[in-house]
Amino acid sequence: MSSNNRMSKALVRRETIAGYAFMIPSLIFFIGFVIYPMVQCVLTSFFDSTMNRDDIFVGLGNYTELFGDSVFMGALWNTVIIVIVSVPVTCIFSLWVSSVIYDLKGPLCSIFRCIFYLPVVTGSVAVTVVWKWMFNNYYGIFNYIGKTTGLIDQNINWLGDERFALGCIILILITTSVGQPIVLYVSALNNVDQSLVEAAEVDGATKIQCFWKIKWPQIMPTTLYILVITTINSFQCFALIQLLTSGGPNHSTDTIMYYIYYNAFKLYRYGYGNAMGVVLAVIIAVLSGIQFKLAKTD
Amino acid sequence: MKKSNPVGAKCYKVFSLIVITLLAIAFAFPLYWIITGSFKTQQAINATVPQWIPQELVSMNYEKLFSRQTAPLWEIGIFKGPVVPAALRWLVNTVFMAVAAMALTCFTAAMAGYALAKKRFIGRSVVFTLIVCAMALPKQVILIPLLREMSDLNLYNTIWAVILPIVGWPFGVFLIKQFAEGIPGEMMEAAKIDGASEWKTFSTIALPMIKPGIGALAIFTFINSWNDYFMQLIMLTSTSNLTISLGIAKLQAENATDFGLIMAGASLAAIPIIVVFLMFQKYFTKGITMGAVKG
Amino acid sequence: MKYRKIIALAVAASMVVPTTVFAAEGEAAAADITLWTYPIGSWGDSATVDGLIASFNEKYPDIHVTVEYLDYTNGDDQINTAIEGGQAPDIVLEGPERLVANWGAKGLMVDLADLWTDEAKEAIYDSVENACQNNDGVFYEYPLCMTAHTMAINRDIFEAADALQYLDEETRTWTTENFQKAVQAVYDSGQQNVGAVYCSGQGGDQGTRALINNLYGGTFTNAEHTEYTANSEENIKALELLKSMDGINFDASIAGGDEINLFCNGTLAMAFCWNVAQENNNKDNITFDALPMAFPTDSGEPQLCGGIWGFGIFNNGDDAKIAAAKTFIDFMANDETQVVDSVKASSYWPVKDLGNIYEGDELMTEYSTFIQYMGDYYQVVGGWAEARTAWWNMLQQVGSGTDVSAAVEEFVTTANAAASAQ
Repeated sequence: MSSNNRMSKALVRRETIAGYAFMIPSLIFFIGFVIYPMVQCVLTSFFDSTMNRDDIFVGLGNYTELFGDSVFMGALWNTVIIVIVSVPVTCIFSLWVSSVIYDLKGPLCSIFRCIFYLPVVTGSVAVTVVWKWMFNNYYGIFNYIGKTTGLIDQNINWLGDERFALGCIILILITTSVGQPIVLYVSALNNVDQSLVEAAEVDGATKIQCFWKIKWPQIMPTTLYILVITTINSFQCFALIQLLTSGGPNHSTDTIMYYIYYNAFKLYRYGYGNAMGVVLAVIIAVLSGIQFKLAKTD
Repeated sequence: MKKSNPVGAKCYKVFSLIVITLLAIAFAFPLYWIITGSFKTQQAINATVPQWIPQELVSMNYEKLFSRQTAPLWEIGIFKGPVVPAALRWLVNTVFMAVAAMALTCFTAAMAGYALAKKRFIGRSVVFTLIVCAMALPKQVILIPLLREMSDLNLYNTIWAVILPIVGWPFGVFLIKQFAEGIPGEMMEAAKIDGASEWKTFSTIALPMIKPGIGALAIFTFINSWNDYFMQLIMLTSTSNLTISLGIAKLQAENATDFGLIMAGASLAAIPIIVVFLMFQKYFTKGITMGAVKG
Repeated sequence: MKYRKIIALAVAASMVVPTTVFAAEGEAAAADITLWTYPIGSWGDSATVDGLIASFNEKYPDIHVTVEYLDYTNGDDQINTAIEGGQAPDIVLEGPERLVANWGAKGLMVDLADLWTDEAKEAIYDSVENACQNNDGVFYEYPLCMTAHTMAINRDIFEAADALQYLDEETRTWTTENFQKAVQAVYDSGQQNVGAVYCSGQGGDQGTRALINNLYGGTFTNAEHTEYTANSEENIKALELLKSMDGINFDASIAGGDEINLFCNGTLAMAFCWNVAQENNNKDNITFDALPMAFPTDSGEPQLCGGIWGFGIFNNGDDAKIAAAKTFIDFMANDETQVVDSVKASSYWPVKDLGNIYEGDELMTEYSTFIQYMGDYYQVVGGWAEARTAWWNMLQQVGSGTDVSAAVEEFVTTANAAASAQ
């Protein structure tokens, strides 16, 4: 940004006025519905705030309670697990699928792409409704298939068992998030410079070498973008939990997002819920900062 | 083309394709099950041995869905549309919400993204840092203040309470900024020398160049707001203000027993957007790809 | 449609109606009010409720009532968000555990003293009257109907398993010991899922509470309804028994409504979340003989959980709306020509003597056996909303193998903390 130094004062003023003129419509919404609530969120997090009563200032009380709250720590942990499992799996799975289908002839590639995109457009609520039925303890399809193929000898209570519930949630989350990465990877792979690949093959490079040395660097920007959107997506995973398990059994599928909702509208603890929000916001801001820095240095 | 190990590569490819085909079937299954389920009888749905292909198709579930509550098809001020089954009204609300969110987001983000990329104004880096940090913020974090704010603005329980936070979400600005970075400075200089106003430069030079980005953003916002269940859950209460996602979720809570009815609702929610998706598939994939390559 | 109003007025004026303190007939000030109902019998069904409102509007054409239907899964969250969003409904139809112990205790409800006239106090059963007020005697609910929550068994399955010998079909009672034997017999006959202690969340908690309390005569709260006593020896014993029984699963993937469904389609051989409305609502789905039963007890004296439902008014700060809401409640619950229909819509029993309104109705007569077993209405204890969420968590913990006394202890600590915070 060396041009900055050379800009005259008048020009800076002109640019600033014009810049903000263009920014204003967006800033109104951004400040009004993201920044202002966030500020409110930080402010109320220092209060014991509940329904129909004046707020009581408690200083850092909510925060100290938070870190002693085993359910919150559990929820934080679950959130982290969801993100660190679903993000890489989504990326690797979609890269693998794309690498297989991208050079298929005729409409095949497009058909596959479409099918993997279906759960995304079907909508999380509609998809969740079917999954709930499929996981059903008594007549769900998983137990039926498992029993008829002899994989399991007794019905498994998928969503009602601490050991499986979170896994089930992650599985559904992944099926509803691979659609977009596949579309992206397919076109990224198609955009890879073929002459480089061919030259390498002439030189006797193996497929795997070809991939890592030539294709991978070229699809790197796509990968970064996919990482960003799947991370956002995984953090926001709420409908699945609210509709399938309500955080149970025994808080094993509580995420911070659900636990905030739970505290606000089941226990009426607004200040406490806001404190959680602040903690989560800080974590996410730091993560985004790191991701952004990484993207920049690349 | 020469392959280093043609037999091995072929085997791998065939094997992978088989696995992917199986996975694709699994991916398509929920949708298949929703649609066929919506035409099944109660007994067929609850059968312990799944009926993979419905033996008897009935429209009973849809009749039940449509004979539930009713609502006017639209309400603008005092002008009300004809009274229809509430499920249709939910569809209207959802389409309105998604389209309004999409239009507003594209409009505001196009201008802001352009300014961030091309205008060297004071405070630019502060604004941009804020945007990057806020981008990944889940809306649940600010749900309580947002609810109170909507209540103060008298927007609680209106579709706008869902739309406005979507528009406020700065992802779009970020996306467009990435596109606008690619506008050559010389073209803008040239326009300036020709005496074009700021607005003219934007609308004649910048806008055509960031069009693909706007397309990507439009699609992204449309799908996202269609699926934005959380905001809807918090902000909407009356039957006539629900969206289709929320409607099905309520249907499921009220009639946990009646899967046929729930499937009918789910079909109604899924089919329109799938039709839109299939019709515009080409643009969808193109738009999404554009976003990523630039981003 | 002015002439319609005039006709309605004339009709109203010509009718001889009991006096009301709120508005002369047909002259109630115009107001738009909202009524939110939980699915209490057919009060959750728009066709029925539309009919009830139509008869209200015949008399009070200027009060416009908009109805929203809640469910037990999300209903509470929905009201809570609406309160925070500044759009709480005017009238809610539910029980004292929500109207009195929850929103009433939070100061959100209107004192209904002027509905509770001496005449009303005289007519309404004392136990109901007690449940509708807080400890200071402020009334936050005006009751409409009541019932006793029971359990039910699939008589066909029990008969096939030769388990009917363990229960008394006359009095509909059984002992804890016989309950164990019956469940074992049904289980041995090849029915793997006899019953489910559902615990995924909201709704139907009364069934699990009554089951656990009755088995060995435990209580849920103390007699003054100030403290939770679910950690008593009797309750721990009961939970341990349930945990150890073959055929009874603690199932954290289903809620009360799912359990009813599984019972109705024959997957489960008994339902703990039962009452007459369930049988009424599901009569088309049930292909077997569903036999309602009292919960098994050691002592032979079941203490069934009662359900009382009535109206409460949220204080939205608009006197005209509050007055209109009171007019509505007065009409639905007191008007002689109306009250029977209002109660029948719930498919439960009236809270005062209206004569036998279900004359000749076999099902209702069958279920009225259970009214005599009605126990203490303890749901007015403080911290109810928190206690209920903690209750589900306790059951989930027990189900996943946590030590029963530790889980119950945690529940009581949480619940009592919430109770004393109020």
